[in-house]
Order: sequence, then structure tokens, then C-alpha cells
Amino acid sequence: MLGEEFPIGFHYEIYRNCLIVYITQDLDHHAVTFLRERSDKLIDAGDVKHVVFDFKDVDFMDSSGIGLIMGRYRKVMFLGGRALVSNVGRSVDRIFKISGLYKIIEKYDTPEEALKALEVKHESYI
Amino acid sequence: MKVIFESCSENEAFARTVVAAYITRLNPTLEEMSDVKTAVSEAVTNSIIHGYRCGDGTIEMECNIHNNEIEIIIEDFGAGIEDIEKAMEPLYTTRPEWERSGMGFAFMEAFMDELCVKSEPEKGTKISMKKKIGS
Repeated sequence: MLGEEFPIGFHYEIYRNCLIVYITQDLDHHAVTFLRERSDKLIDAGDVKHVVFDFKDVDFMDSSGIGLIMGRYRKVMFLGGRALVSNVGRSVDRIFKISGLYKIIEKYDTPEEALKALEVKHESYI
Repeated sequence: MKVIFESCSENEAFARTVVAAYITRLNPTLEEMSDVKTAVSEAVTNSIIHGYRCGDGTIEMECNIHNNEIEIIIEDFGAGIEDIEKAMEPLYTTRPEWERSGMGFAFMEAFMDELCVKSEPEKGTKISMKKKIGS
């Protein structure tokens, strides 16, 4: 498993060809600027094809978060991959619904279920 | 209540936290609280990104409570908006390269009861929003 603590409110894991980004702080323009760059580097560096954003510890998100997810969706789509979200709480769920994001992004209860949907075994990458 | 703060992305969280604390006395539901915080975050982010193009500047935020209604005024003295109607169209953005979703004004409209946008190119933009709490 590859994993690293991000300096502000995120960490990630890579299982085979799937990047899981655990967001643990408010997802606004400030947070997105950093997260966009980091997740793109991770997608570009390896054989990442799918991305899962986990919202377990996110209480707040605004339209900047929509831009982040749509941007990564576009990126993995060109690689033949999928973008998924998990552990979406009530306030984030409302934002997703209003923006129509669920038309293109699949929602799962946990990252494990998302990985199952992608048929990526939840075990160590290395 | 009035606060003046510098245009930097760290202050997005500051601004919505200040407003959240201010409206606590109205005893808002979690949903109402979340609505107001999102609207504030959108308006302040617009000032930072579009008003000041991520450069220096100051943002003024004023809040008033009349009975059970919160009024929030957010003003910048930056680039202004050429075509307000166009800017308010959902999914329209002048910054696709920064992955702006074009949902900012749509969220402000959806989450608040009233939204008024006044702007003049090269002078700045003033957003006024109102929402009744517990209605």
C-alpha cells in the first residue's frame, strides 16, 4: 500500500489501479487548490485509472468541490476509468444533488464498496 | 456586524465561520446553517478569484439580523462583472482553467431567499443576500 499524510486535511491510498483520497477537512477553494495538484500528480505518476473520494470527515463543501470532482472525473474518463464518492454526509449530499453530479459520479457507502464495484481487491498494492 | 479582511483563500473558512457564529442566536437548523455557510463561501470565493484574480485586495462583510431574517452583504473593490446576467447562468464560468464549476451564483440563489448583485467593471461587486431562519 502506498500512503502518505498530506499536510492539510487529506491522506490517500492506492490499491492496484485505484486512488482513494480521504478528505478530512472543509472542501472549499482553498483546500481544492492543493488537493487538485496532489491528486493529479498521483494519477499521472502511476497506473491509476480510477479515483474514489471519501467524504467521511467532511462537514462542509461548496461549488469548488464540484469543480475538483468533475475535473478528476474528466481526467480518469480519458484513461477509461471511473470516479466514485463514498461516505457522503447530508450536507455534501445536498450539494451533489443540486449540482446534478450523481449523473456522472457513482456513490457508495464506504470506499471498500466502491472498490468492490470497481472489482479492485482491497489489499496491498506493494 | 462588520468585518474587513484580506483577499486570500484562507479567509474563506474564516468568513463562513464568523457568519455561522453570528447567526447562532437565531437557533438555525443544521441545514439552514449549512445553506448560509455555503452561500457565504461562494460569495467570498468569487471576490478572491474573480474580483481580485487571486491578487491583493480587501473584502468587506456585513451581517444584520432583523427579527428572524439574516442579511449578509459581501463587497469587493476589484474587477467587477461585465455581464451579471451571464455570470449568474448555471455552469457559466470565466475560469474553466481553474476548474470553476460555474455553480457559485446558482448555489447562492438556491440556498438563500433573496440575492441581489450589484457590480461595475473595475470598481467592484456587492452581493446582498437574505434568508429567514426557522420559517
